[in-house]
Amino acid sequence: MKTILSLLVLFTLVSFTPISTDLGYDIGDVATDFKLENIDGDFVSLSDFEQAKGFIVVFTCNTCPYAVLYEDRIEALNKKYTNKGYPVIAIMPNNVKTKPGDSMEAMQIRAKEKGFTFPYLMDADQSVYPQFGATKTPHIYILESTDRGPVVQYIGAIDDNYKDAALVKTKYVENAVDALLNGVTFEVHKTKAIGCSIKL
Amino acid sequence: MKYLFVLVVFLNLSCKSEKNDPVVLEVHDFAGIAPYLELKDSKTYVVNFWATWCAPCVKELPHFETLQANYKDSVEVILVSLDFPHQYETKLKPFIQKYNLKSKVVVLDDPDMNSWIPKVNPQWDGAIPVTIIYNESKRLFYSRTFTLRNWNWNLKHFFNNP
Repeated sequence: MKTILSLLVLFTLVSFTPISTDLGYDIGDVATDFKLENIDGDFVSLSDFEQAKGFIVVFTCNTCPYAVLYEDRIEALNKKYTNKGYPVIAIMPNNVKTKPGDSMEAMQIRAKEKGFTFPYLMDADQSVYPQFGATKTPHIYILESTDRGPVVQYIGAIDDNYKDAALVKTKYVENAVDALLNGVTFEVHKTKAIGCSIKL
Repeated sequence: MKYLFVLVVFLNLSCKSEKNDPVVLEVHDFAGIAPYLELKDSKTYVVNFWATWCAPCVKELPHFETLQANYKDSVEVILVSLDFPHQYETKLKPFIQKYNLKSKVVVLDDPDMNSWIPKVNPQWDGAIPVTIIYNESKRLFYSRTFTLRNWNWNLKHFFNNP
């Protein structure tokens, strides 16, 4: 009986919840932790970073030209913010059968070539990117560590010029992290980034 | 509005005898692309954002080409390429020639993506490919790749016999 009742409740809830095409996290949502394999063979979770004030989570890959254009800027973000408490956590969301250039081995090679100092994780069963609602590479989520868990504070682009870092006028991610570190409010919590669709 | 016409002057001069129809690219910032999203006449417009390096984009191009060929007078396909400037000569132009694209290709070169992605469609998250199909009475936005089956099915919104 109990099961039937809860099923009924669930059904009612489901049928009256508007169907949203925008699945995934919105600003203010608490992100669920994950455990994904890093290029060094270790498994990495957000909870491993006990001292972190937050995270710059970057969905990225080897094969998307937009992601490649941002590689150096992602590394620079990690260098600038790891010690301040906001490490970069990069997650590769593509299906490697569709994109062999994003295989674990290819990720290891690319990380070595570019001297990545951040974890470069493989979303091997493609279960983490849908939780976030990531749709493309590169796609950034800034999380702030709180008593409730990691709260989503920013979603979108790294900055306003994918083509040339030297011509950037607004550094969305840096502005957001700086504001979070200084405990002040900030205006731009969401931007649109051009990217390559995540490969299924 | 800023028009940047990349003319292959050198190619044009040196290879005129061999190539009778060299590819001339029409390159715009978003202000130059925007009018293609708002054309007002009796035609149905298919505006697709793509790039030569985007595998799912390339895969669906034949559907657009077929439509353009079948409806020469009533449809205009506009392929908005997001290829990077340093690849216009090495990738984009050879691609257009190799596949003998009949649809109109225009190039969008505007790195301030956050300023124009929402103007294309508020629903667009920025991943390519995306396609807008519109005419005087209807406008639909597709943030997905078309297979032949769902392409033909979706065309029924606009044509009786695609």
